[in-house]
Amino acid sequence: MANLEVNIHKLKLKNPVLTASGTFGYGEEFDDFIDVSSLGGIIVKATTSKHREGNAYPRMAETAMGMLNAVGLQNKGVDYFVEHIYPKLLKYNNCVIANVSDSTVEGYVEVAEKLNKLDHIHAIELNISCPNVKEGGMAFGTSCPSAIAVTRAVREVYDKTLIVKLSPNVTSISEIALAVEGAGADAISLINTLLGMAIDAEKRRPVLSTVTGGLSGPAIKPVALRMVWQVSKVVKIPLIGIGGITTAADAIEFMLAGASAIQVGTANFIDPHATVKIMAGIEDYLNRHGISDVKELTGGLML
Amino acid sequence: MKKQILDLRVLSNAKLNHNHNVLELGCDTPLPAMVPGQFAEVRVDGSPSTYLRRPFSIHRVDKGANTMHLLVKSVGDGTRNIASLTKGSLLNVMFPLGNGFTLTQNEEVLLVGGGCGVAPLYFLADQLFRKGNKVSVLIGGRSAGDILLAEAYRSFGNVYISTEDGTLGEKGMVTAHSVLKQSAFPFRMIYCCGPDGMMKAVAHIAEAKGVECEVSLENTMACGIGACLCCVVETHKGNQCVCTEGPVFNSKKLKGWTAETEIGCSLDK
Ligand SMILES: Cc1cc2nc3c(=O)[nH]c(=O)nc-3n(C[C@H](O)[C@H](O)[C@H](O)COP(=O)(O)OP(=O)(O)OC[C@H]3O[C@@H](n4cnc5c(N)ncnc54)[C@H](O)[C@@H]3O)c2cc1C
Ligand SMILES: Cc1cc2nc3c(=O)[nH]c(=O)nc-3n(C[C@H](O)[C@H](O)[C@H](O)COP(=O)(O)O)c2cc1C
Ligand code: FES
Repeated sequence: MANLEVNIHKLKLKNPVLTASGTFGYGEEFDDFIDVSSLGGIIVKATTSKHREGNAYPRMAETAMGMLNAVGLQNKGVDYFVEHIYPKLLKYNNCVIANVSDSTVEGYVEVAEKLNKLDHIHAIELNISCPNVKEGGMAFGTSCPSAIAVTRAVREVYDKTLIVKLSPNVTSISEIALAVEGAGADAISLINTLLGMAIDAEKRRPVLSTVTGGLSGPAIKPVALRMVWQVSKVVKIPLIGIGGITTAADAIEFMLAGASAIQVGTANFIDPHATVKIMAGIEDYLNRHGISDVKELTGGLML
Repeated sequence: MKKQILDLRVLSNAKLNHNHNVLELGCDTPLPAMVPGQFAEVRVDGSPSTYLRRPFSIHRVDKGANTMHLLVKSVGDGTRNIASLTKGSLLNVMFPLGNGFTLTQNEEVLLVGGGCGVAPLYFLADQLFRKGNKVSVLIGGRSAGDILLAEAYRSFGNVYISTEDGTLGEKGMVTAHSVLKQSAFPFRMIYCCGPDGMMKAVAHIAEAKGVECEVSLENTMACGIGACLCCVVETHKGNQCVCTEGPVFNSKKLKGWTAETEIGCSLDK
C-alpha cells in the first residue's frame, strides 16, 4: 500500500485531495454522499469580517466544459462562523481550512485573528483572488504591493499555516507568487477563477447580474496547470493545485507539474463522489506505477 | 431524507406533444421516499455541450411499482438529450432534493399550472387527493396543444382550462380564469407552478383573497444541494438557496411577490 500522506508546511494531510472553497459548502452538504473526514481536508466557503448578501441573481452561467459564477462571497460574517458554523465542523477529523476574504486589509486581519483562536481550523487560505466583489477581493491579488500588504498583515496575527490563493487574472503569476512567499505565506494555492463573461444573444443581455464572473471547471485546467508549473519553478513553499480537476489523472498531472496537494471544485457539483473517486484513483496509479509514496509525484514531470 | 445518486433505468418514454415527454424510471433497489415539490438533478451523458446536471421536478411516483416519472420539456441540448432516451437506457439521477409543498388535509385546494409547470402538480394532486382534500386543477397555456395531462387530473377532482387563443377552455390568461374570480372563494390554499410572471400574479390573487399560496421556483442551478449558492432568491430574510430552502416557497416569504408587485403575466415570459 502506497503512502498517501502529504505535508503542507505544518499541516499533515491524510492524502492530497482537498475541496475548493465555495464548491463544497461547509462539508455537511456532502455528508449524504461521502465520508467527508476521509478526504485530505476540506476548505470551507469564504468568510468575511461582516455579513455579505452576495450579488443579485442570476449568479451562474454554464459554459463549454465549465461555468461562470458571480456569487460574490455571500456569507454571514466571521462572528456567525465562529458561533454557529465552527461547532458543526468539529465532527470532521481531517484538516479543516477556512477561506478568508474581505475588501480591506483590516477586514482580512480581523477574520484571521478570530480564526487563529479556533483549534479545529488548522489553516487559513487567504482569498486575494475573488473576481466577484466590486472592491477588494481580486484587486489584492493582481498587484504585488497589495498582495504583499495583505499577506504581511495577516501573517502578523496568524500563527498556523497560512495559504495564499492566487488569482490567474495577472500578467505574471510567478511575480505574485514570489511576492507572497516573501511576505510570509507558508503555501500557495492556485488558481482561483478566470474572469469571463456570457451573453444571451436572444435577449441581448449579459447572463450574469454582474456582467462578468469567474470561470471554473475543466475549461480552465490547461491554464491552471501551466500556472502551477511556472510557479513551482520559482518558489520553495508547497503548492496546492486547483482548476478543473475532475479525475485522478487530472490530480496527478497537477502534482507532476509541482503541486503537493490538489483541490476539487466544480467537479463536486456534477459528481458529489468526485473527491473519493480521485483519492482511489491516485492510489491505483501509485500501485500501477510501483510508487510507494505519493510525495514522489510532486514535480515529477519528465522533460 | 437521505439524498442518493442512482442509475435509473428508462422503462418508457411517452411523447405528450411536440416538445414534452414523460420518462418512467425504475430501479432494482427501492427508490427513496419522495414528497411532491421535490426535484432531481439529472446527469446528461450524451451531450458534450451540457456540463452541469439538469434539475427536474418529481412528476409522479408509483410506490407499488417502485417507479418515478419526470416530465421533460425540450428547450436546449440537455433536455433534448434526455427526451430522446429510449427504453432500457440508464439515467444518473441525484434525488430527492429540496423541500416539498405543505400538504393540507380535508381542505378545498386549487392547483395552478402553466406550461411545463404542471410537472410537480401531478404528484401533488395525487397526494392531496389521498389526504382527503377537494382538489381543483387550473391549467393554462397558449393554445390547446400546450395543455398537458388535463385528462389525467380528472381522477383527482375538477379540471379548469384556459388558453390565450381560446382554442380550449376559457380564452385569456390563466390568471383571468373565472375560477379565480369567484366572490365566495372556496379555496383554502393555492399551489402554483409555472413562469415567474404567472406565479406572481397568482400569488397576488391569493393575497387579495386572504389564502396561502405556495409556488415552486425554477432558478438556474449548478449543484442542487446548497453548496454553490448560485440559485438564490431574495426573501424577506435575505438571499436563500432555491435548491435547499425551496424550490417550494410560501409566496409571502419572497421579496417583491406581494402587494406592491405589478400584475402581469404571459406564458411567453
Ligand atoms: C427545481 C427545478 C425544477 C424543474 N423542473 C422541471 C420539470 O419538471 N420539467 C422541465 O421540463 N423542466 C424543469 N426545470 C427546468 C429545466 O431544468 C431546464 O429547462 C433545463 O435545465 C434546461 O436545460 P437544457 O440543456 O435543455 O437547456 P439550455 O441549453 O441550458 O438552455 C435553454 C434555455 O432554457 C433556459 N434554462 C436553462 N436552465 C433553466 C432553468 N433551470 N430553469 C429555467 N430555464 C432554464 C435557458 O435560459 C435557455 O433559454 C426545472 C428547473 C428547476 C430549477
Ligand atoms: C460557485 C463557486 C464559488 C466559489 N467561491 C469561492 C470562494 O468563496 N473563495 C475562493 O477562494 N474561491 C472560490 N471559488 C473558486 C474555487 O475555489 C476554485 O478556485 C475554482 O473554481 C477553480 O477550480 P475548479 O475548476 O475545480 O472549480 C468558487 C468557485 C465556484 C465555482
Ligand atoms: S444550486 Fe448550488 S446552492 Fe442551489
